[in-house]
Amino acid sequence: MGHPALAAEFTANSERAQWHDKALWFVREKRDRIATGVPEWELLRETASAIKKHVQSLMAEYLEEFERNAIRSGAIVHWATDAAEHNRIVLSILQKHQAGRLVKSKSMLTEECHLNPFLEKHGIQVVDSDLGERIVQLRQEPPSHIVLPAIHIRKEEVGECFHEHLGTEKGASDPKYLTEAARNHLRDCFCKADVGLTGVNFAIAETGGIVICTNEGNADLGVGLPQVHIASMGMEKLVPRAGDLSVFLRLLARSATGQPITTYTSHFHGPQQGGELHIVIVDNGRTEILKSEFRRSLDCIRCGACMNTCPVYRRSGGHSYESTVPGPIGSILTPLQSPEKHSTLPFACSLCGSCTDVCPVKIPLHHQLFAMREHLDKKNLIGRGKKLQMKLLSAVFSRTWLFNFAGRVARTALRITPRFLVYSRLTPAFQWGRKREIPEAPPKSFRELYAERQASRQSDRQKPSGKN
Amino acid sequence: MRVALFIPCYVDQFYPNVGLATVSLLEALGVEAEFPVAQTCCGQPMANSGCMDEARPLATHFVNTFDGYDYVVSPSGSCVSMVRNHYDHLVDGDDPIAAAVRSRTLELSEFLLNVLKVGSIPGRFPFQVGLHQSCHGLRELRLGPCSEVMAPRDSMMQRLLSGLGDIRFSQLARRDECCGFGGTFAIAEEAVSAMMGQDRINDHVQAGTEVLTAGDMSCLMHLDGIIRRQKLPVRVMHFAEILVEAMAM
Repeated sequence: MGHPALAAEFTANSERAQWHDKALWFVREKRDRIATGVPEWELLRETASAIKKHVQSLMAEYLEEFERNAIRSGAIVHWATDAAEHNRIVLSILQKHQAGRLVKSKSMLTEECHLNPFLEKHGIQVVDSDLGERIVQLRQEPPSHIVLPAIHIRKEEVGECFHEHLGTEKGASDPKYLTEAARNHLRDCFCKADVGLTGVNFAIAETGGIVICTNEGNADLGVGLPQVHIASMGMEKLVPRAGDLSVFLRLLARSATGQPITTYTSHFHGPQQGGELHIVIVDNGRTEILKSEFRRSLDCIRCGACMNTCPVYRRSGGHSYESTVPGPIGSILTPLQSPEKHSTLPFACSLCGSCTDVCPVKIPLHHQLFAMREHLDKKNLIGRGKKLQMKLLSAVFSRTWLFNFAGRVARTALRITPRFLVYSRLTPAFQWGRKREIPEAPPKSFRELYAERQASRQSDRQKPSGKN
Repeated sequence: MRVALFIPCYVDQFYPNVGLATVSLLEALGVEAEFPVAQTCCGQPMANSGCMDEARPLATHFVNTFDGYDYVVSPSGSCVSMVRNHYDHLVDGDDPIAAAVRSRTLELSEFLLNVLKVGSIPGRFPFQVGLHQSCHGLRELRLGPCSEVMAPRDSMMQRLLSGLGDIRFSQLARRDECCGFGGTFAIAEEAVSAMMGQDRINDHVQAGTEVLTAGDMSCLMHLDGIIRRQKLPVRVMHFAEILVEAMAM
């Protein structure tokens, strides 16, 4: 369907779109307030960006160092080239342990790999244990935000969903009551789980350890009881040293939700006693991105700040992007994977640049979105109409006389054409004019008025003085 | 000092008064700027659409037109940013002429404050003015403080205006959110673009803005289009027009 149509659908419910915009702007303002309190904020961003660049330049070395140290600490390391291989590896671990129930904490990577439907097809019961993720899972829809997966859903709708699936009272919308119900439901899932799966926020090369950040403690609950812990990790999650976490952990939660740090920051070095820790390192197109001009999009630490600040995302909702990662960063990553299907995403952006300035690792997001448009043009994916229009405009602008002539024709046409025709479907002004007036066409252009002005000054100068 | 005026294509065609105000303002400050008549468009609409092959001849045309001037001054942050920040793939990187033209192309307020070192401009403007901080001027040229960045910075436009007598400024809820113009974005994403524009205007109306101003007519064209459709009592002016009007008061 493309972003513009889905966005138009979302904004058509003006009251809801306003509410969505305000909810996310509230998070953005919270981020501003807490960032103001860190005098070295810009230095932190600079440092984080430098560390990420360094890791990218030595990616292979750090991956091998991480693998060595992870194995030394007792973990089992798997490598997956793509989503399918990742899913097969996870399934084989589950099958080896004859596990029928998997409890997951939030992992955008498993969303990217579409792990849940794959496992369900093989008879595994999968429960997402992050509250927002559980809500969207029960509603059978994808998350609409990477940090706030259910931000598009109002508490009344959560009440309906829980009434249907968890047996809460009909019409209940009290957040405390609903959260309590979710808590009891999830407790039961945690107790019955055979295997726990988590994502990975940071992987430390020098120790082989992994770090997982949550606000709900669900990662810890999910891997506490089961003997087997699977950690799905994108290969770009590496930091060289444990000390580097001091930079990233300070930036992550502040940028994401305006908190000083996530409520739980859990470090795992090896399996629990008698258990197994499987770390699945996934490429799934990342090596290709690393080789491209879009490599810095791999620096992303998935804080979601670019979504909270994006004026388009806030007003169009996460689902309008039709991708696992929506918003500015998603509009780079997703068209890299499937350009045909997602060719409208880099254009769902006014190039305002707010995302670039808010990004804790200084990804030049709006410049990458700009470059992505060129990338799509080279693949003939910007639309034939637009391409033709640009060819025509370029031809006009390349010739000064033609530009002047076309300008005069357009202005005259606007002045003499009846209003109803100017704003009708038949004209190129239709899309502009649905909610906006077209600028009033002046009889003369600047260059004409300027030439007249210069000429009259010239003649003034040439007149003999002494009249006064 | 040879100064060239760069009047963006749509300003030339639709907002001649903004061009004339720029000329008058510069003259009042002692600068006789020339208008090279060969100029057309900087190529931004094509480049923003991804059509670099279509933008390239316009970048070359721009460099050829403005070669030889000490400064190229324009009443548009967005077009200046196109030339300064986005010509990398459009002109020969080793060409010293292109490099000189690019680095000497300045937005009007930068030129007034950084080159002419203008202090306070005499004049009176007894209205409440709402500043729209256009994104490219703000986040690409850094002409003002960006709410995302934790570093203090002055707004050049406000510095120029704040010396005027009896002027007041609106306090906005969101001081630098995008208006939703975005070039072809305004057409391609019409629904979101219009909502963004409406939200900006609501913020200004609630703050009591009488005159809405910016350094880019493109943002103002979009906002003015909504204001006129709804017949709202808000006057829309480029800051150069305000300065010229204020000097005459």
